[in-house]
Amino acid sequence: MILPLADVPAPEIDYRELSPIMATVGGSIVVLMVGLLRSPFARRTLVPALTAVTLLAAIGLTIWIWEPGDREPIIVRALAMDTLTLGVSILFFVSGLVTIVLSLRSDAPREAGHGEYYSLLLGTITGMVVLAGAENLITLFVGLELLSIPLYVLCATELRRRTSLESGLKYLIIGSVGSATLLYGLALIYGAAGSTQFSGIETAIGERVGLSDPLLLTGIALAATGLAFKASVAPFHQWTPDVYQGAPTPITAFMAVATKAAAFAVFLRLFDSTLGLSQLQWAPALAALATATIVIGNVGAIAQRSLKRLLAWSGVAQAGYLLAGVVVASELGLRATAFYLAVYLLMNAAAFAVVVARERVSEHGDDLASLELLGRTQPWLAWPMTIAMLSLAGFPATAGFIGKFYLIDASVAGDYTWLGIVIVVGSVVSLVYYLRVVAVMWMGRYEVELPGLPRRRVKPVAGWSPEADARAQPEVAAVAIVFAAATIAFGLAPDPLFDAARDVGTALSNLR
Amino acid sequence: MTIHLSIVLFLPLAAGLVGAALGARLVRWVVLAGTVLVLAYALVILVDFDAGSAGLQYVTDDEWISELGIRYELGVDGLNLFMIVLTAVAWVPCTLVACFREHERPRLFFFNVALAETAVLGAFMAQDLALFIVFFDLMLVPFYFLIGGWGQGDRVRATTKFVIYTLAGSLLMLAGAVALGVLSTPDGGQISFSLAELEQRSVSEGTQQWIVLLFALAFFVKAPLFPLHGWVPDTYRSTPIVVLALLSGVLSKVGVYGFLRIVLPVMPEGSQHWQELFIIVAVFSILYGSVLAFSQDNVRLVVAYSSIAQLGFIVLGIFALDDKGAQGAVFQMLNHGLVVVPLFLIIGVIALRANGSESVARLGGMAFRAPVLAALFLLVTFATLAMPGSANFVGELLVLFGAFEDKLVYGLVASVGVVLAGVYMIRVFQRTMHNREGPPVESRDVGGLDLAAIAPLVAVIVALGVYPHFVVERTEAATVQKIEQARAFGGEQEARAPGGQRTSLPPPGDEP
Repeated sequence: MILPLADVPAPEIDYRELSPIMATVGGSIVVLMVGLLRSPFARRTLVPALTAVTLLAAIGLTIWIWEPGDREPIIVRALAMDTLTLGVSILFFVSGLVTIVLSLRSDAPREAGHGEYYSLLLGTITGMVVLAGAENLITLFVGLELLSIPLYVLCATELRRRTSLESGLKYLIIGSVGSATLLYGLALIYGAAGSTQFSGIETAIGERVGLSDPLLLTGIALAATGLAFKASVAPFHQWTPDVYQGAPTPITAFMAVATKAAAFAVFLRLFDSTLGLSQLQWAPALAALATATIVIGNVGAIAQRSLKRLLAWSGVAQAGYLLAGVVVASELGLRATAFYLAVYLLMNAAAFAVVVARERVSEHGDDLASLELLGRTQPWLAWPMTIAMLSLAGFPATAGFIGKFYLIDASVAGDYTWLGIVIVVGSVVSLVYYLRVVAVMWMGRYEVELPGLPRRRVKPVAGWSPEADARAQPEVAAVAIVFAAATIAFGLAPDPLFDAARDVGTALSNLR
Repeated sequence: MTIHLSIVLFLPLAAGLVGAALGARLVRWVVLAGTVLVLAYALVILVDFDAGSAGLQYVTDDEWISELGIRYELGVDGLNLFMIVLTAVAWVPCTLVACFREHERPRLFFFNVALAETAVLGAFMAQDLALFIVFFDLMLVPFYFLIGGWGQGDRVRATTKFVIYTLAGSLLMLAGAVALGVLSTPDGGQISFSLAELEQRSVSEGTQQWIVLLFALAFFVKAPLFPLHGWVPDTYRSTPIVVLALLSGVLSKVGVYGFLRIVLPVMPEGSQHWQELFIIVAVFSILYGSVLAFSQDNVRLVVAYSSIAQLGFIVLGIFALDDKGAQGAVFQMLNHGLVVVPLFLIIGVIALRANGSESVARLGGMAFRAPVLAALFLLVTFATLAMPGSANFVGELLVLFGAFEDKLVYGLVASVGVVLAGVYMIRVFQRTMHNREGPPVESRDVGGLDLAAIAPLVAVIVALGVYPHFVVERTEAATVQKIEQARAFGGEQEARAPGGQRTSLPPPGDEP
């Protein structure tokens, strides 16, 4: 029997608010098609250019629909395009742009196909926007999968390098476990609250469902675990160093920043807003996770020689700092987390750009030794790296200091003073490895008591001359310099970022 | 509202930037010119200073980061007037000497020297707690590079240790400061870190106690005081002598200055609570430093440990919580700086004449061919061991008076330190200047350049010995005011307690 079509009400769609997502989806299809063209110009130049245009257009549209306040979700209340979604979306788009620039000379797009590579990149960005805006458990899961699946593939795009394939496979397996856990948790939350709508869950809690309802609490725990996998929160972080090291470096940079931002957007929306009433139940557990993450991440980073692994571990530690902003479930915490995510993008983009630049020409690959005496030979790379490291460590006059200040401020104001002190202690430990990177660049050989790595054969980007190599990738150096300059600029005059963070803070109206 | 302090504050940094831009040959002269201008400006302020007033002068007060309540607030009063002058005075001879030594990468070296001066001046001028911490931490960056890049021996290890020790303290202080700011904010009020504002607001006694402890940790590491001086031997051995003069002469004062500026007036209850502990730490430092100074072979380390003892005296003076003691402490802060800078410059001169050796056992017999050097050294030695007639004598006497007033036993123990100072300083003087000529020694008298750097400092020491009142009359009003603030609480409580007992019955059930 054929259903009478008239009985199915078509959802009303606000195309204006949906426009950034439409841009990335459309761009993704166009880029894939253009990638099929024969001419090398189309594949090597047009495809990245179109991807960049798509992202720039998406940024423009995001700014166009930017409106502070608690916005009504669109498409049958499934997707909230509020300032929280849009704020982190800008971070996704910008890190996408960084990835494009860093990928220009990489092997990955050449080996996997330019069209496919950039199309998948836009696909995962779409997934992130959907995930960040999800107002419904189903949308949340769709967004998560749309984010994850292209990313699994992107990790394995250096087809001829075993570690890249291994990284993709590892990420696939562990990511699936995370997704499954999350799905299970979402199902239990639905079972307890009887609604997939976030607003429905929010009203159900405390009215029909007790705060300590075992079904609900189990659901929350499993959902937190699933998200912790994505955000690389300890003890679900073990995949991070391996996957980060194996993936093509531009993709690592993208994962480090954008995936983390997406996962924290969900944390903020689902936990702080929807499950906000039961904060007393879940906050101590998340605070314990944050503490473990800070300790494990910082201690794990100390022994690393590979810069990508080091940044991976440092990313784990930073996830712990960010979690502090979630734990307190206040508007201040929301603002601080959003602020720190933006700062985190700046510092990491600069650092990864330097890693990309050195990795391509140095026989040490991404080993610490590849930075040796960079201060003398290539100060234009050494300064951005130094600034990024000092900012990650939280030195003043960098944006990292302000970000940490803000997070500690939020922790103390949310009655989690001890978590603020944990952040501080973690920062002290982190000095050991951040300063080591700086020392290698400026102070010459630094003996790290770890086994040396075998030298690898490199395919230098500009013949075999080190001088030519040094100047061969101006676009990568430009990324490093621009983002390092922004790190300093926002460290001295952070008001524009604060204004944006304040707007983001208005997105979830039911916070303290 | 004046701009004078901002000019003084950023002049060195501007000189450093301009110099670095002008090139490797000019940078040293530009930076030197900057330090001389700062000195001139500081002397004008010194002359213009209104000695009778306890309030702040030349106040600059602007909003910096409104979201976090951080203000750009500078000011001068009796407490920091001479610290600013000391900074300006110390930087000129050290830069002068550095100008005539060859350095690798001079642009980076002199830029760091200039940045360091700005950071130290900023820490002394800041009247906003957060701004103070910004400069307090910022100081580490140039010193990290100066020690690690131009030091000797195991310099990278030394500089890493130095930074981690110091930053561990100051990051904990940051957490304490944020907590203080947040917890003292009245309901509905705007968070503020302005010291004047914080003095008005109050936090509970229990909170004050642990916050004071965090601050003390930072300041004791910086000073350094007895149990937290682990970074001292390595750092003092590795630091270039010119930088060491600044590190020991000026930087160490920032910590103890912080007690007077921040801890006593803002957290009087907390300060009183820990008074006994801090005095014990101070007395231990005096004894420990004096004994170790006596047993060192390296001349630098003799001065290093003598500094620990001297700073113990200063902290003793502060925490005697007595007008005289605090005045003595403020005076000693100036005196110690004025003595240590030429002392290290003289050690540098001696090392040049002994083939780089700084070992007491291998030096000797220099005075015979270098009478001027010996005379300068003798004057500085007498000042260090607080010979009657020197300003240090007045300072230490005031400190001991303050201690005798209330804490007689500690005062008596501390006065042993005065005797020990005589022992170790005279030992160093004899072993380097008299006795048989050591094997590496090729004595010749002090050159024109070094004379130009050292002689004015010695002249200042002598002048202050003759007329100490010049300093005391200017510092008195502000110092007494801070001590009054710190004691006010205890006085009130004592006054209240007996009154309360008399008029009202003790609440029933209050006693166990």
